[in-house]
Amino acid sequence: MALSGGVDSSVTAAILKAEGYDVVGMTLKLYDCQDGQNERSCCGLAGVSEARAAAGVLQIPHYVVDGESLFESRVLKHAWEEYSNGRTPNPCVACNEWMKFGLLFDQARKLGADFVATGHHARVVAGDRPKLLRGHDPNKDQSYFLFSLSPAQLGMALLPVGDLTKAKVRELAHEYGLPNADRLESQDACIAQRGDFAEALRERFDGKLEGGPIVNAKGTVIGRHEGIHRFTVGQRKGLGIALGKRAYVLAIDKATNTVVIDTDADKLLAYGLEAGDMRWLRHLEEGESLAVQAQIRYRHQAVPATLTKGDEDNATAYFAEAQAAVTPGQAAVFYLGDEVVAGGWIKTALPSQD
Amino acid sequence: MDAPRIYMDHNATTAMDSRVLDAMMPYFQGEFGNPSSVHWHGQQARRAVDLARKEVGGIINAGIGEIVLTSGGTEANNLALQGTLKPGDHLISSAIEHPAILATCKHLEKQGVDITLVPVDAMGRVTPQVVADAIERRTKLISIMLANNDIGTIQPVADIAAIAAQHGVMVHTDAVQAVGKIPVDVKNLGVDLLSFSAHKLYGPKGVGAVYIRQGVELTSLIHGGQQEFRRRAGTENVAGAVGFGRACQLSEFHLQDADDLAELRDRLWRGLQERIDGIALNGHPEERLPNTLGLSIDGVDGPAVVMNLDLQGIAVSAGSACTSGSIKPSHVLLAMGHTLERATSTVRISLGRGNTTEEVDQLVEALALAIPRLRRVSAKPMVS
Repeated sequence: MALSGGVDSSVTAAILKAEGYDVVGMTLKLYDCQDGQNERSCCGLAGVSEARAAAGVLQIPHYVVDGESLFESRVLKHAWEEYSNGRTPNPCVACNEWMKFGLLFDQARKLGADFVATGHHARVVAGDRPKLLRGHDPNKDQSYFLFSLSPAQLGMALLPVGDLTKAKVRELAHEYGLPNADRLESQDACIAQRGDFAEALRERFDGKLEGGPIVNAKGTVIGRHEGIHRFTVGQRKGLGIALGKRAYVLAIDKATNTVVIDTDADKLLAYGLEAGDMRWLRHLEEGESLAVQAQIRYRHQAVPATLTKGDEDNATAYFAEAQAAVTPGQAAVFYLGDEVVAGGWIKTALPSQD
Repeated sequence: MDAPRIYMDHNATTAMDSRVLDAMMPYFQGEFGNPSSVHWHGQQARRAVDLARKEVGGIINAGIGEIVLTSGGTEANNLALQGTLKPGDHLISSAIEHPAILATCKHLEKQGVDITLVPVDAMGRVTPQVVADAIERRTKLISIMLANNDIGTIQPVADIAAIAAQHGVMVHTDAVQAVGKIPVDVKNLGVDLLSFSAHKLYGPKGVGAVYIRQGVELTSLIHGGQQEFRRRAGTENVAGAVGFGRACQLSEFHLQDADDLAELRDRLWRGLQERIDGIALNGHPEERLPNTLGLSIDGVDGPAVVMNLDLQGIAVSAGSACTSGSIKPSHVLLAMGHTLERATSTVRISLGRGNTTEEVDQLVEALALAIPRLRRVSAKPMVS
């Protein structure tokens, strides 16, 4: 199982061991030994030793798997390409697909394992077509990040913590005598804060993004930016210009290297979105529609929408009520109740009709 | 893991012989003195270190004034190189040295020392003539390891030293893997400097030595005291030194076991060849340590083999280790001209005292079962 050093994965190991599984802990090393100084980083050195300590308490074997180059190519490089094209990526989804349920999956199969367990707050229902459900604790639900897993990957997944609240998890951690019961969470900590992240990626990949104009919704040039990668749709802070009133990033245009910023919050609203690279956990015919709840960001309360399957891997979704800051590059995940029925990547927002 | 574990990673480290532990025990509490102290306690401790030094020198036929005790093989390697080279000098070493040497070379390069790393042949052997050709006017030192940790290949150090002597160049050899496994005599080798380490020969971790031939000048790395003939400051690790000495003594006795160990290793190799196809031996077939078997296994990755065997209670290794415990492909295999694929499908089995024919047979069984599964999974991975 994937041991990050955080409390969720450690408790997962403890629960499964208590249930009689033969548990083997594996921690992904994602950074060069010298880079892994970040205390909170889930796969920096501190995380690895915490995972090792938890494995020691549980008396299970522990291995460290080197995922550095795959992480760089599939997660970091991809994220940089998104930023440099004016989109806002969600690297956690790629990390789950390629690293935790990809690389670790292969390692697990090499050891003859039947399942791969993680500390994700989500639920899987086994079957010919396995189902992915929200975790029991709505504040901690991570199903959003797992939408891209294949049936094969879901078929091998065990997510025991998904049935529990975070409070219960910490309680169990104390009960099992785990050393990281009160540790900060690993999630989201593997990379720097949003604003710094894009810049850190630019440095890492030697990206060259030139400055360009900032325009308002009418197209008037009102300022200058230092690179489109520093902005995300809906952003209010760090815009680099003062307009007297609260202002927002409405759009980022790679072709003209322009960032559109305006004070009219209504301009952020969209009544739908186009998504690509769709994964379908429920079968729909091309052109068929389904009433769903759409979640367009991790921290977004899912809203009613109609999802229609397009051609190839595309889909469109129309919200019952216009939503703010539909951001190209973000994942759009569609639910029926607690069940994930589909998910994909936002290509464009479909703007308000007035 | 209820069944007793099988340890076959002796090149990584060895368990301390209980006679070594017995020899060390008095020096933690009873004879706890600082050897530099004038009083009775100091005298006792000083005596113990003197005797240890004699025993440590004894295993390589060195005099007591030629042994400097260090914190281990890595420090010994650092001291040998950094203590003798200065900016403008030229150093010749090889592509298959241990990271302790290679990293020190990189460091010295930044300080202005010129480095030449000679290549090795497909069996991991340095050719003396190639070293000779690399010698130039500014060459001060040649450092070639005596035996390689990954493949066990023994280098023609005596031949290289003979060539070096003709040019007035000094020779150092990293003998960390060799001492205790094969006879090592500094006079026969003709080297000026030699490093070795206690924990490779059933002694304690944290203590090693560098042999410095009488007359060789060397500046110390660690300053602050007169210890070790002013070559390495710091209160002596008395218990460690005593343990090292005892381990060296016992090792000389055990060198007779080398043939038994070689037989066991050969039994292992034969057994594996019978049961598994697509395996290759890495390194020189004759000039190698009696206990080391470096293999490449088609269609699998070394780390997966190591984990599989570990889950069955058998300890071996693949490539070299790094601080967080994850594994990268062996630079030694790459230097031998092998493909990245072959360099990541390596497994190193290093036998030692206590390994039996039953254990060897068990390892063969375990691999025979694991390899087919590993090959099946590797053929159809989830990610690439």
